[in-house]
Amino acid sequence: MVELELPARPEVVSVARLVIGALVATDPLFDDERGADLRLAISEACTNAIQAQMAQHGVVARNGYAGSVGEPILMLCTVQDGQIEVAVTDHGGGFDPNGLHVHPEVTDPSRLDYEGGFGIPLIKMLADSVEFRPNDGGTTVVMRFKPRTPGPRRTLTNRGPSGLG
Amino acid sequence: MDLRLEVSERGPWTVVEVGGEIDVATAPRLREQLISLVAAGHHHICVSLEAVDFIDSTGLGVLISGLKRVRTHGGGFALVCTEPRIMKVFEITGLLAVFDVHGTIDDAVSA
Repeated sequence: MVELELPARPEVVSVARLVIGALVATDPLFDDERGADLRLAISEACTNAIQAQMAQHGVVARNGYAGSVGEPILMLCTVQDGQIEVAVTDHGGGFDPNGLHVHPEVTDPSRLDYEGGFGIPLIKMLADSVEFRPNDGGTTVVMRFKPRTPGPRRTLTNRGPSGLG
Repeated sequence: MDLRLEVSERGPWTVVEVGGEIDVATAPRLREQLISLVAAGHHHICVSLEAVDFIDSTGLGVLISGLKRVRTHGGGFALVCTEPRIMKVFEITGLLAVFDVHGTIDDAVSA
């Protein structure tokens, strides 16, 4: 088990990726491509966690911003039964995963009006399962990864048999 | 983490070669670069991702904003990307259908 406490600032997201990359590399069941999936999903989860805390504290991300905001982000990685579970906990006031803004399809020109909204769908596509658990004043995102990319490969426009929830 | 930006001119095109990792910490620099290029009248922009090791949704958002910005000026926005790991991010988000992606800078600026 790896437990990591990260100051809530944008620069630490690359640290989270390094740690998960190193952890995956020690597991022969997970190949390089799956490792890249985990790095991406963890990057999205940590970005959301930090941005939630920055929003709660009224901090606007800007170039060169170096301070951290509020309590640390907690990342807990467990390798068990051939799966890797990563839990990312923030104190960003919590959110309703079912209340997310529904963006137009990506091929719809009006989709360009929204720069965001790709993070959580990406996590859902890359992880074999994902849970959003409200905690005391924040959210814990629990992602489970099996060694292979869930298939058949899902995309935002081809949502596959299990859909995006 | 490091983000490298190199800007050059190729005829009517302005080429931005990006290197390193594009995430929440580094994406603001790319955003600023694209904004200032468009503001300075560069409306045909080619962004090469060939030296990019990692991109996440924050990076995608910056590229979407760049595309949108040049389109409002009737310009062009092209990407250069061949690395499978980076392509996969565009593929699974469906953004391959949105961006004009080329294999080389030469192809992108002569299209």
